[in-house]
Amino acid sequence: MAEQDNDAIIRVRDITVQFGNTRVLDGLNLDVKRGEILGFVGPSGAGKSVLTRTIIGLVPKVSGRIEVFGVDLDAANSSQRRAVERRWGILFQQGALFSSLTVRQNIQFPAREYLRVSQRLLDEIMVAKLVMVGLKPEVADRYPSELSGGMIKRVALARALALDPELVFLDEPTSGLDPIGAGDFDELVRTLQRTLGLTVFMVTHDLDSLYTACDRIAVLGNGKIIAAGSIADMKASQHPWLQQYFNGKRARAVVA
Amino acid sequence: MSGDPTLERIAQGEGLALCAAGNWTARFAPALERIVSDAEKLRGSRPHIFIDVSQVASLDTFGAWLIERLRRSLSDASAEAEIAGLSANYSSLVDEVRRVGPAPRAASEPLLISGMLEQIGRTVAGIGGTIIGLVDMLGAVLTAAAKVLIHPRSFRFTSTVHHLEQVCLRAVPIVVLITFLIGCIISQQGIFHFRRFGADIFVVDMLGVLVLREIGVLLVAIMVAGRSGSAYTAELGSMKMREEIDALRTMGFDPIEVLILPRMLALVLALPILAFLGAMAALYGGGLVAWLYGGVDPEAFLLRLRDAISIDHFIVGMVKAPVMAAVIGIVACVEGLAVQGSAESLGQHTTASVVKGIFFVIVMDGVFAIFFASIGM
Repeated sequence: MAEQDNDAIIRVRDITVQFGNTRVLDGLNLDVKRGEILGFVGPSGAGKSVLTRTIIGLVPKVSGRIEVFGVDLDAANSSQRRAVERRWGILFQQGALFSSLTVRQNIQFPAREYLRVSQRLLDEIMVAKLVMVGLKPEVADRYPSELSGGMIKRVALARALALDPELVFLDEPTSGLDPIGAGDFDELVRTLQRTLGLTVFMVTHDLDSLYTACDRIAVLGNGKIIAAGSIADMKASQHPWLQQYFNGKRARAVVA
Repeated sequence: MSGDPTLERIAQGEGLALCAAGNWTARFAPALERIVSDAEKLRGSRPHIFIDVSQVASLDTFGAWLIERLRRSLSDASAEAEIAGLSANYSSLVDEVRRVGPAPRAASEPLLISGMLEQIGRTVAGIGGTIIGLVDMLGAVLTAAAKVLIHPRSFRFTSTVHHLEQVCLRAVPIVVLITFLIGCIISQQGIFHFRRFGADIFVVDMLGVLVLREIGVLLVAIMVAGRSGSAYTAELGSMKMREEIDALRTMGFDPIEVLILPRMLALVLALPILAFLGAMAALYGGGLVAWLYGGVDPEAFLLRLRDAISIDHFIVGMVKAPVMAAVIGIVACVEGLAVQGSAESLGQHTTASVVKGIFFVIVMDGVFAIFFASIGM
């Protein structure tokens, strides 16, 4: 992968996002390289989800440029945009499953819309995705309201992976999972990244995930990226928030 | 790039090699499915079959699963199929799909006749359930009202005023406009038909009785059911979906007292006010048309109106209003609390709230008509 290191799959330049008079992101720059797992951290309310939603195109920006797969999303026409959207998968913080569809229908939804394949293959792939995210095939005919919080996360991940995307956005994927489940999840993300050459943009607060799953970490503060690099870089940083985050009591417990 | 997936068959002595090449990914899923379905027919044709995947350019879950499916269907017979040439990168993915069992079948539809019978049974049981639910809610609301009477401090005054603004004040323009227009139409039609008998002036009698006794309150009740009943159901339903009602309950608050009683009270106060305003607007509209179209000048109209109607007509109309409001409110709250977890369910219950609300309003109107007729009002 070394020769692809300069190949940025997401390129964010000078992004400014403002809600009323509150400037959430202020001239932010960020590159996500192909095939890496980027952990995105920052204090609560710093705008991590806002950046994710801005890249996806759900939040309008005041200024700046966003390129995904080398396509400038502002300049792209609707068919180019759809082509990009087909290559990414998104796991929303609350799951965002379609409440009137079953788990089976939720996971099959993107494939049914985009691919002309038989119901048999859709069912089989659905089961494969469920197994991948650590769920039993028996949950396939339940409705989202009949699932636990952790199961909703997993089903939402299965849906995000339905079309085997090249890029996935995970918004706090391990929150609400038990530690073993969260560990399995990190392992799963690693596996997928290895096998599918997946690029992962992961907003997280889970130190375990940062240590075990992420190749690189970016830190958001005051509307800008205040640091980006490996976990060692983070620990060496003199920034007070980083000091507290990576060398605090909880962080030491993880290392031990 | 020339990435189309292929599966070449190469005979190797006794055995057969299936050489996969190209991109085995979701993009090519329809083609892949055809290739694999064809290859599955080779089952049992050779004693030894293996699948060579060393030429595969890229592989994802779709491709990995189809290769695994092919391996399984070829292995079922006496022949033993294997996957060969798997690169280290892809082996974990193939291991992953190897854990996949058969897909569970979706629940099948029941037979036509038994399904229809089941549907009829469920509908009948549903009607019984609706009535029990309404009586249950009526009881709960009255109990909450009694509790509030004993402890007036627990009454939610702010909330009641807020809902009163929503269902009464904000409804005034549309209610007045619609009833005004209806009054105009009744008057115009009356004059048009009564003129043949030279009985133009009787349009005032018809307008007065119809508007004050029936149309005024009925029309306003139907509008309120559509406007506020649906809003109540949607509000309570989405609160139920987001577990807000459960949260209230765990904090020791009675949702009936906190959420439903202020809404009911606001509606019971609002409907008589709106019905009164509506009746006045309809009379005004009717009078205007009678003057401009029928040549009945306002003085004659008022004189005739005074003769034609008694206070009884007005009372009959006004007495009905709070009862209809209570029916609309109870139906709306029962439906709101019956919402399940899905967006679809919210839509169904909001529809049911309006439909049932209007239905019960008309039923109540009929009951009142019989009642007032028998007591001679």
